[in-house]
Amino acid sequence: MSLTREQLASIAALARLDITAAEAPVYQASLSSILDFIGALDAVDTASVKPMAHPLPGLSQRLRPDEVTETDHHEQYQQNAPQVASGLYLVPKVIE
Amino acid sequence: MSSFHTLSLTELAQGLRARRFSSVEVTGSFLERIERHQGTLNAFISITREAALAQAAAADRALAQGTGGVLTGVPIAHKDIFCTEGVRTTCGSRMLDNFVSPYDATVVSRLKAAGAVTLGKTNMDEFAMGSSNETSFYGPVKNPWNTALVPGGSSGGSAAAVAARLAPAATATDTGGSIRQPAALCGVTGVKPTYGRVSRYGMIAFASSLDQGGIICASAADAALVLREMAGFDPKDSTSVDAPVPDYVGELGRPLKGLKIGLLKEFFEKGLDRAVEQRIREALAIYEELGAQLTEVSLPHLPLSVPVYYVVAPAECSSNLARFDGVRFGHRCENPRDLQDLYRRSRGEGFGPEVKRRIMTGTYVLSAGYYDAYYLKAQRVRALINEDFIRAFKSVDVLIGPTTPTPAFELGAKTSDPITMYLNDIYTIGANLAGLPGASIPCGFVGELPVGLQVVGPHFSEARVLQVADAFQRQTDWHTRVPKAFA
Amino acid sequence: MSAWETVIGLEIHAQLSTRSKIFSGSATRYGAPPNAQANLVDLGYPGVLPVLNAEAVRMAVKLGLALGAKIAPHSVFARKNYFYPDLPKGYQISQYELPIVAHGALEIVLEDGSAKRIGVTRAHLEEDAGKSLHEGLPGVTGIDLNRAGTPLIEIVSEPDLRSAKEAVAYMKKVHTLVRYLEICDGNMQEGSFRCDANVSVRKSGAEKFGTRAEIKNLNSFRFVERAINYEVERQIELIESGGKVVQETRLYDPDKGETRSMRSKEEANDYRYFPDPDLLPVELDAAFIDSVRKGLPELPDQKAARFVKDYGLSAYDAGVLTASREYAEYYERVVSVVPESPKLAANLVTGELAAALNRDNLEIGASRIDAGALGGLVKRIADATISGKIAKEVFEAMWTEGLRADAVIESRGLKQITDSGAIERVIDEVIAKNPGQLADYRGGKDKLFGFFVGQVMKATGGKANPAQLNELLKKKLAG
Repeated sequence: MSLTREQLASIAALARLDITAAEAPVYQASLSSILDFIGALDAVDTASVKPMAHPLPGLSQRLRPDEVTETDHHEQYQQNAPQVASGLYLVPKVIE
Repeated sequence: MSSFHTLSLTELAQGLRARRFSSVEVTGSFLERIERHQGTLNAFISITREAALAQAAAADRALAQGTGGVLTGVPIAHKDIFCTEGVRTTCGSRMLDNFVSPYDATVVSRLKAAGAVTLGKTNMDEFAMGSSNETSFYGPVKNPWNTALVPGGSSGGSAAAVAARLAPAATATDTGGSIRQPAALCGVTGVKPTYGRVSRYGMIAFASSLDQGGIICASAADAALVLREMAGFDPKDSTSVDAPVPDYVGELGRPLKGLKIGLLKEFFEKGLDRAVEQRIREALAIYEELGAQLTEVSLPHLPLSVPVYYVVAPAECSSNLARFDGVRFGHRCENPRDLQDLYRRSRGEGFGPEVKRRIMTGTYVLSAGYYDAYYLKAQRVRALINEDFIRAFKSVDVLIGPTTPTPAFELGAKTSDPITMYLNDIYTIGANLAGLPGASIPCGFVGELPVGLQVVGPHFSEARVLQVADAFQRQTDWHTRVPKAFA
Repeated sequence: MSAWETVIGLEIHAQLSTRSKIFSGSATRYGAPPNAQANLVDLGYPGVLPVLNAEAVRMAVKLGLALGAKIAPHSVFARKNYFYPDLPKGYQISQYELPIVAHGALEIVLEDGSAKRIGVTRAHLEEDAGKSLHEGLPGVTGIDLNRAGTPLIEIVSEPDLRSAKEAVAYMKKVHTLVRYLEICDGNMQEGSFRCDANVSVRKSGAEKFGTRAEIKNLNSFRFVERAINYEVERQIELIESGGKVVQETRLYDPDKGETRSMRSKEEANDYRYFPDPDLLPVELDAAFIDSVRKGLPELPDQKAARFVKDYGLSAYDAGVLTASREYAEYYERVVSVVPESPKLAANLVTGELAAALNRDNLEIGASRIDAGALGGLVKRIADATISGKIAKEVFEAMWTEGLRADAVIESRGLKQITDSGAIERVIDEVIAKNPGQLADYRGGKDKLFGFFVGQVMKATGGKANPAQLNELLKKKLAG
């Protein structure tokens, strides 16, 4: 199947990726060929098959005791942050 | 002694414990090799010389006091996907070019606890997405056997480093073949354990249900030694399995008589290079000599593993990589106009084309109206593939076949067509979908290029897989071959 | 009957009062300095992984059992993908297709006193997001991720509510329940208990639901009522003037008392839910569920029924007394001092005590009179040491001066006169002083009986036993 320019734009918007006008046709073509490629799955009869979300079936979630194990390291963690002030991460003004 | 690189990891560990040489000497010698060949191979993203020598000195003190562990003083390299405290951890991406991890991955801390010294961080495909190491922000790694060729990927830096003996071992990860495929193309031994065997904590996620940490070494015996230290339950990883780790080293050397080897019919069909097939058949003959029985088995759904993978892995990656948003860490664009601009440009600039392609593929297959047709469908076919494997392992102990359809290819040869690139992992992806352990070992050459033999076993059969690989290496010397330039 | 019918469903978010977060070992304490309680997992750092808090699961099961719901033996965490600065991973871990609790219900009491069953579609576990701060930061928004990863249970009702009042009654009922279960502190100012309301209207008698609007983040009962009422009116006016309701998210502005569209947040929402591969299915066996069931406290409705049966209280009083667990426990401690007078105890607890608490804006836990002391007061009314009227004066003294009932009665000489000779003497004096009124009374002005009671009470300082006084006075006046 081939992906339209609009579809590509909406996927890129959903994924928050800036795609330039020059890149767009390249992605359009390669994504289309990938969708064709994975379209091979259509032919398989899976009506009675349960989806496998995890490679080790039969395991279940382990539970952690409700204990506080962490201490304040925000200064260290914020050394990787592009913009902080008074312990807060800063982003351009969000208007609700 | 400046020929430490000619010793195996096991010999180095023994020599260090016997104090025949010091870790500072060994570490210094490997650092020198790394630095000397960095320009040619580009196998490393970060070389941590000072920290390595300090760790080596500490290891020597421990060895002198007799408090050393199995790997004390042995220098190793980590794939740059593993978080290392206080050391830049880039995952091969511009997004994390300036990222210094405040913590160690469990794999890193376990190997530290066992006494290993960290030489540096190896180059890799960006966020482990690639089969040739060409998607790295830091440039491609070159294959030590021929620097015009790719080393494979995504753990290409780790495989090239071990192949050129810049490190006796390097950690690696495998989501669709990223340990086994570069190990094959570089002529080294790569082991991908069962999903859940090695903790994923601190391993930057690509596709969480497929990612598994492992090791690349010269031989299966070396891999057994390192894996014994890496593996094991980690309470920080909900998908880590709480089961005892066998003594992989102690299990080696058992005779293979009576071993049932399955030959996957689908692995020997179209697409397999004739010369590669020849090497595989020769290797199988050796196994027969060792007393193993060969049977052909068929996994009818296996050919669908690549399309399944290219739904599941992008879906998970599109979500896993959403955290790279320019807010708390990682690349942020200059002068964002508003929040949306910050997101779109930071991510647009921080990620390379292949990563963006997979994020978009994943976003698409999970989006409203397509989830059932793509994602659920793929997870159903995945179940069928898994059932094929379970059925096969009722009649055979291990599956053996080629790791890749061809030997190493030229840089740039497959970059324009993603599908051709993706098909490189056709033999390796199945084990990831089913969470099975696998290994690739060198089994000869096509021309000057190494060929990899793949061994896949049932869940938690690493000991058996290593045994089977080691038995072959006791009969052959392919795993000891080093490219001339690095001998 | 109105031409329009309102249809409301509530999604209540209750913060579970675990010590640590749902997927990390960070503290959940309210009011810490910005990001001091956000660890690597809460920040969504590269490589980190979630591990589920056992207590959050136990609390969800408690709620499910209290709602008479089905506890899923197998539930799954999913990722809800969207970008927002207060959502560190770019996805929220929540439960989507397979929630831990489904098909429950609870009863609310309507204004006319009748009961109505409200269905609870599901309740699922999820993590809370952080907070965006806008004030005092010119041109930028500050992100505090302390709240990120705090466990929430989202309780989703069926669209069974038909008015803002019903919605509030339901929300209050859930509020009472979560505090009884000790799974949520219910603090609405701090955002521990909040809700989204799905509101639509349809022509009375219509079968199909109208298009709904979702009003986000209502954090007080008053706001819920006002926001719904505003929204209902808005929708009716819109439709009657030929417009159409659009399905959208709206925000309630308490200052203006109106709801407004949040189209910005709405834009291209496609959450791309899929099972979180970092977490495995949560499997709960019958033994675990039974152990939680055994540990359940007596629930508000059960307690109220018991109060009616064992203490002979009215359904109304029982409802008031069981509105909070602390309040009900206080009442039962009073009763334990005076087991023979549960109704008298109820009158005092719902009367004087409630009024005093309300006046001084205190919670029951901070009452100036403890249950034992209040029991002492009830005892003195019950054994006729003082009258109900004098009891008010004693209560006030106990409340303001912190004294015991007996000490107040003693020091102020408030003990009731029960000696009939003494009462008769006062009656005689009063009759002698008021010959005119006596004559009128005997001439048929029955109402004057009250006058004589008043005079005797005045003369005794209110201490004459009212029953005895009545009886004796009747006799004397009759002549």
